[in-house]
Amino acid sequence: MNTPDEEEVTAEGGHGAVPVTGVETGQGEKPSRRTWPLYEVFVRGKRGLNHVHVGSLHAPDDEMALHNARDVYTRRNEGVSIWVVKADDITASSPAEKDPFFDPSADKVYRHPTFYRIPEEVPHL
Amino acid sequence: MSVAMPETDERVLETGFDATIAADQRIEPRDWMPEGYRKTLIRQIAQHAHSEIIGMQPEGNWILRAPSLRRKAILLAKVQDEAGHGMYLYAAAETLGVDREELTEKLIDSKQKYSSIFNYPTLSYADIGVIGWLVDGAAICNQVPLCRCSYGPYARAMIRICKEESFHQRQGYELLLAMANGTDEQKRMVQESTDRWWWPSLMMFGPPDGDSPNSQQSMAWNIKRHTNDELRQRFVDMSVPQAEALGVTLPDPELRWNDERKAHDYGEPDWEEFKAVVAGSGPANAQRVAHRRRAHEGGAWVREAAQAYADKQAARKNEARKAAA
Repeated sequence: MNTPDEEEVTAEGGHGAVPVTGVETGQGEKPSRRTWPLYEVFVRGKRGLNHVHVGSLHAPDDEMALHNARDVYTRRNEGVSIWVVKADDITASSPAEKDPFFDPSADKVYRHPTFYRIPEEVPHL
Repeated sequence: MSVAMPETDERVLETGFDATIAADQRIEPRDWMPEGYRKTLIRQIAQHAHSEIIGMQPEGNWILRAPSLRRKAILLAKVQDEAGHGMYLYAAAETLGVDREELTEKLIDSKQKYSSIFNYPTLSYADIGVIGWLVDGAAICNQVPLCRCSYGPYARAMIRICKEESFHQRQGYELLLAMANGTDEQKRMVQESTDRWWWPSLMMFGPPDGDSPNSQQSMAWNIKRHTNDELRQRFVDMSVPQAEALGVTLPDPELRWNDERKAHDYGEPDWEEFKAVVAGSGPANAQRVAHRRRAHEGGAWVREAAQAYADKQAARKNEARKAAA
């Protein structure tokens, strides 16, 4: 670890100029106290649109998660509806097996409209 | 997070990662990534988040003394945005396998830092305008390219942040315009504040490219898109006409248009001061961290109470379910 006056500094992040050496990352460390669960937040921008993932937050319970999500993610009318879901409750496909997992759809060109050749003069197709 | 695996597998994964970067595509949280990439991002995003959180203090200092209800409401909204930006960034950092609570502890234990700019005090109300104009203006120069950063969650957080920064810069500039059209004393305040913040704002872009070896790797990984000097030049060129419109002089005798380069030449910031401020001997370092610690520790009972309430509600729900069964 470098001493402070040998510290290397660069413009990382928005406000620039922070040390880049001798900074602990805290990877793999777990907090000693019990912490609030992580929630993923989804916002419906306006009526007619899907809910879209916008980020995450921590909260002690579902209701607080919803209130915090409103304060953090919709300060400028970004949403008309919010979902919060405990991150632990989400099941996801694994990126490592993404090729075999999505293989079944890769070789079925006949599922796309462009697969079919229709004479150009036929309208509305 | 990392699991020991045969070397060939690791090489296959690395090839995939390199190909994604070469194609200028995004890396997503559960993708394999080199340890160095992960560490660089954690450090950068965490310290970026800390900068937003600490950044609330110099401006929060003026909320009670803002001269009108309109200015108070604006400043309050701005400081609240900074908190929001910190939250977006902590959320992005967590996708890399660190815990938000841990990051806060590292900040108040000074094991992670924040941007040197927030170690300067806000001495006059004109500083609120100049921070919006110059400090947020410099931040925008740094942040806009980060919207195309190779790490997906960071890039997406930056898009939200950049949308909001525009309000920050414009409210600051408008405040200065009002003062620049005001009394002689108000005009003097704007000039005095510009004189204090100009050089620290230039330093926000970091040391000259030759002294910034870390930047190379970050650029190869598509985390950083422009060099420190490129961004600094862009900022200087943007700021000159804005200063003219305000009728203030930027405190650099070497600042002039270079017709050959089609850009402004400018003087060298005082890098010794810069190093001292980053190393912790800036005017407000100790105060900023102590204040953050006080807020964190003073708020502990609220977090505990919320947890106790959540536990009680969960227990009641459980009992009701049992009774119904």
